[in-house]
Amino acid sequence: MTSTTKSDAATGALRGGPRRRRVRPGGGRGAPLPLLVPALIGMAFLVVPLVALLVRAPWRSMPEQLTSSEVWQALQLSLICATAATAVSLVIGVPLAWLLARVEFPGRGLVRALVTLPLVLPPVVGGVALLTALGRNGIVGKWLDSWFGVTLPFTTAGVVVAEAFVAMPFLVISVEGTLRAADPRYEEAATTLGASRFTAFRRVTLPLIAPGIAAGAVLAWARALGEFGATITFAGNFPGRTQTMPLAVYLALQSDPEAAIALSLVLLAVSIAVLAGLRDRWMTAG
Amino acid sequence: MTRTHDDRTGTAPDGLDARLVVDRGSFRLDVALTVAPGEVVALLGPNGAGKTTALRALAGLTPLTGGHLRLDGAPLERTPPESRPVGVVFQDYLLFPHLTALDNVAFGPRCQGAAKSEARAQAAEWLGRLGLAEHTGAKPRRLSGGQAQRVALARALATRPRLLLLDEPLAALDARTRLEVRTQLRRHLAEFEAVAVLVTHDPLDAMVLADRLVVVEHGEVVQEGSPSDIARHPRTDYIAQLVGLNLHRGRADGHTVRLDTGPAVTTAEALSGPVFVAFPPSAVTLHGSRPTDSSARNLWRCEVTGLETHGDQIRAALTGDLPLAADLTTVAAAELDLHPGAVVWASVKATQTHAYPV
Repeated sequence: MTSTTKSDAATGALRGGPRRRRVRPGGGRGAPLPLLVPALIGMAFLVVPLVALLVRAPWRSMPEQLTSSEVWQALQLSLICATAATAVSLVIGVPLAWLLARVEFPGRGLVRALVTLPLVLPPVVGGVALLTALGRNGIVGKWLDSWFGVTLPFTTAGVVVAEAFVAMPFLVISVEGTLRAADPRYEEAATTLGASRFTAFRRVTLPLIAPGIAAGAVLAWARALGEFGATITFAGNFPGRTQTMPLAVYLALQSDPEAAIALSLVLLAVSIAVLAGLRDRWMTAG
Repeated sequence: MTRTHDDRTGTAPDGLDARLVVDRGSFRLDVALTVAPGEVVALLGPNGAGKTTALRALAGLTPLTGGHLRLDGAPLERTPPESRPVGVVFQDYLLFPHLTALDNVAFGPRCQGAAKSEARAQAAEWLGRLGLAEHTGAKPRRLSGGQAQRVALARALATRPRLLLLDEPLAALDARTRLEVRTQLRRHLAEFEAVAVLVTHDPLDAMVLADRLVVVEHGEVVQEGSPSDIARHPRTDYIAQLVGLNLHRGRADGHTVRLDTGPAVTTAEALSGPVFVAFPPSAVTLHGSRPTDSSARNLWRCEVTGLETHGDQIRAALTGDLPLAADLTTVAAAELDLHPGAVVWASVKATQTHAYPV
C-alpha cells in the first residue's frame, strides 16, 4: 500500500513543518547516540524509498510514458475526483465541524468518535461499508436506485463518494480544532450588532478559521488523491471511469514496472507541490 | 421587531426598567435596574459579583431565569440578541481581526439591512466623529489600545442602540492611555442620548464616567446613589475600601456610637439607632505609647498587621479594639518603629468622624 504510507508521511511532515521551523534545535552535535542512531535510521527509512524511485525512474522513456492516453486519463480522473471529493467534504464537513465544536448535544462525544472512525478504519473496510450502504442492494442505495435511478458503485461518482468518505474526517478534525481555538465571543459580538447566527458564522467565523479550512482541505485533497482501498472496493477499476492514479500504478506494476515508477513520480511531484503550497499558505496566514 | 416602538404604550416610561434574575445553582444574580435616557449608570463591584452576567443578560447573551426587561416600554426578555436595540463594547473590544476599522463599524448597519456603500458611509461618519478618520483602513492589530476602544465604541453606536453596554471599558488599557481615554469616553457618553450602562471594578472609572453608581456584591445590589453620595456614605466594607474610608457599624445614642464589635466611638453628629461611622485613614493618628495629652476622645489599642506604601504615605493596617486603616508619613512610620506585630495607640478626633443612619 504505497498510497497509505505516502499520505501518512505527508501528514506527519505537514504537522511537523511549521513547528520545526520555529523551535530550530542547535544541531546534531549534542545528540546522544541512542537517540541519534534510530533517528538517522528513521530518516533513511522515509527518504531512501523516495530516492530509489528517482534512481530507478526510466528518465529516457518518461515523455512517452507520461503522454500515453491511459496515464493522462488516470491523472485527469484522479485530479477531478480528488477535487470533487474535497468540495463535497467542504460543503458537508465544515458545518459538521461547526456542530461538533459549537453546539452542545447529547452523544456529541460518540458522534465525534464515529466521524473520525474512517481515519483509522482500513480503507477496504470503508469500501465494503459503502457497498452495504450505497450499493445497488444497500440499505440506502436501494432507494436511491428505485426512486432516483441513481447508482453509485462502479461509477465516477462512486469514486468521489469513496474518496470523500476516507478524506472528510481529515477536514472535519482540522476545522473543528481551529474552531475550538477560535474565540466564540466574536460570534457573540456579531449577534449584538444584529447578525443572525448564520450571518455571524458566514461573515465572522468563516474568515477567522479560513486558514484552518484551507489546511484541512489540502490534507483531505491529498488523502483523496492517494486513496486506493475504498475506491477499488466501491468503484472498481475501470480505465477512464474509475481507474485513478493509484489504481493505475498498482495495475502497471504487474505488467510494466517502468510505467508504475513513472506514474509514482507524477504522484510524488503532486505531493511535493501540495506540501510547498501549504507551507506558503501557512507562512502568509501566520 | 422591537426596533420599532409601536407596542410602546403612551404611559410607559422611556429608558431601561429591568429586574435581572439569573439563577445558576451555585450563583444567583438578582439586580433591579432603572435608568433614564441620557443617564449613565455604572455597575460597580468586585470580581465575581455578577456585573458581567448582568450585562450579558441585558444584551441577551445570557438568558434570564426570572424578572423582566423593558426598554422604552417594550419587553425584551424573549427577544434574541440580534434583534435587541442594544450595543455592546466588550472588555477586550472583540474587533473582528479580518476586517478594517471601517468594515468593523459598517458591520452593524449592514446587518440592519443597509447597502454596502451606505453602511460604509455611516461607518466613516462615526469614525470621524470619534476622531479616527485617519484609521478607517487599519486592521485592528494595527490600532493602539485607545484607538481600538474608540473603534469598538463607534461599532456599537453605529447600530443606533437605545441601550449602550460597556464591559470594563478601560480595563485593557495601560495607565497613561487610560487617563486620556477616560476623559474622551466621558465626553462621548455625555453626548449619548439613550441609556448607557457600564460595568467596572474600578471606582475611579465609575465615578468619572457615571451619573449614578449601582454597587453589586454577591449578585445583589448593596447600594446605589450618586458617586459623591456613595463616596461619603459607604454601606459595605467593599465600598468603604474602594473609596478609602474606615467604616464601622453600631448603635448611636447621642454623640456616642457603641460599635457592634464592642468599642465606642464619639462622633460629631448626634444620632440615635443603628448607624454607620466612617472616617478616612488620614484622620487616624498613631502613638507609640498611650498619649496623656491627646484631646482625642477616641483612643484604641491596636496591633500592626500590615504596612504598604500608598502614594507618598504609608498605610498601616491595624487590628485590636477595632480594625482600622491609618495613613502616616514615612518619617512618622520610622519614628514609631512600625512593623507587623508592633503595638500602637490609635486616636481619631470626633470632628473627623462622620455618622449616618443605616
